[in-house]
Amino acid sequence: MSSVLYDEPGPRTRRRILIGTIIGGALVAVIVGAILYRLSSQGMFEARRWDVFADPQVWQFLGNGLLATLQAAAVAAVFAVILGLLFAVWRMSESPALRMTATFIIELFRGLPVLLLMFFTLIVFGLESYWAVVAGLAIYNAAIIGEILRAGILSLPRGQTEAAYAIGLTHTQTLLMILLPQAIRRMMPSLVSQLVVLLKDSSLGYIVGYLELLRSVQNLRDFFGNRYLFSVFFVAAGIYITVNFALSRLAVYFERRGSKKTPAGVAAGLDEDGAAPAA
Amino acid sequence: MDVVVENLPLFLEGFWTTLRLAVFSGALALVLGTLLGACRVSPIPPLRGLGTVYVELARNTPLTVVFFFVVFVTPQLGLRLPFFPSAVIALTIYTAAFVCEAVRSGINSVGVGQAEAARSIGLSFNQSLRNVILPQAVRTVVPPLINIFIALTKNTSVAGGFFVAELFNVGRRLTNGHATAVTPILIGVAVFYLLITVPSGLLAGRLERKVAIAR
Repeated sequence: MSSVLYDEPGPRTRRRILIGTIIGGALVAVIVGAILYRLSSQGMFEARRWDVFADPQVWQFLGNGLLATLQAAAVAAVFAVILGLLFAVWRMSESPALRMTATFIIELFRGLPVLLLMFFTLIVFGLESYWAVVAGLAIYNAAIIGEILRAGILSLPRGQTEAAYAIGLTHTQTLLMILLPQAIRRMMPSLVSQLVVLLKDSSLGYIVGYLELLRSVQNLRDFFGNRYLFSVFFVAAGIYITVNFALSRLAVYFERRGSKKTPAGVAAGLDEDGAAPAA
Repeated sequence: MDVVVENLPLFLEGFWTTLRLAVFSGALALVLGTLLGACRVSPIPPLRGLGTVYVELARNTPLTVVFFFVVFVTPQLGLRLPFFPSAVIALTIYTAAFVCEAVRSGINSVGVGQAEAARSIGLSFNQSLRNVILPQAVRTVVPPLINIFIALTKNTSVAGGFFVAELFNVGRRLTNGHATAVTPILIGVAVFYLLITVPSGLLAGRLERKVAIAR
């Protein structure tokens, strides 16, 4: 495997890699061993820590938490995509005044913590925590999605716009019928990664008092005490990771499919921009 | 606006804590993330595996869950820390994964031909890394790193939900005491966040244009 850093290894390098593999493997084994030892010395593998899962109600409670998480994320995602489309069109409008207001609003929402936006809707508008979570997620992610779509539109070849104007389409028609559909396809990986961010951020509902998955863990602890905290947390974290991992794979799938169809592909820089980590 | 002016010392204290959170965890995440990034591009399979597992786990776990783990679960494992260091650890664990990915994609963005040319004129591994690959990789890595730092700054607000008296936490406590002046307080908090995030965003954009190289 010749990569940026290495050529195909020769016999001496292969031996060095073998030695490195043994040392590195030992290192990883020590780390994993230390973690497992810590867990077992604190009694985390004892049956009395896990028997809570024999109770179907616990599963049901966690399941409801997961449903609440997914529901808030799904509703917020729909609003975020719709608003994001609006932001993108708005920021690319012909009037400089409109463009500037759009830039201002987008930069404002993008520069604030999601948690603050949620708290704002919760306190100032007095909405219940579910809508605070949805509104906070929707507004913040709409600004990001708007920017992803704009980057996608800007990455399209100029010929697309010129051809559209040449057949007599107006600016708005060009944007809506020619550029946006292509930008959406092109930016699909970034859009899906952003939805993973959105799903992860729904856990901020824990702080504003929305009974989602993490809050369910907290409530189970309050009910059963600290004895089960580790095991319940372990299961809930596993659920989060599984769901997010599956969604991330979807993004990778879109990326592979996209790069197969258009060899030029999406500019790598734009991708990274879109996948910028947020909460 | 009176409430904000009256409580300006509190706001500034919160702002200071936010800054400290961002800088400490940013620096630690940079170190940890670069190490992990080095693991991910190394020729040694166990280290590559370690890097991959870490990144996949940390990126797919919500930050709130990481905080919950560090603040509530680790005391169960006999590791108890004050809230501020706990917050720094949680932010570092989470952010390091993104730093690692930025570093890795920066190194991979250098054309294979560049490195092959460096090796074929007889540069050693260290020489080609220092003189050819890293100078080009750093250019591509810096703008995403600034974006990661911006995200980190916003993420410090989660610490406010876990007993650290930073900006968000200060704002939240003030709204409890001044029910009539909720909006100015939250706008005050927002302005302080924007003081960090907007200039950093502009800087990232400028650097991105400046260091952009046609490949």
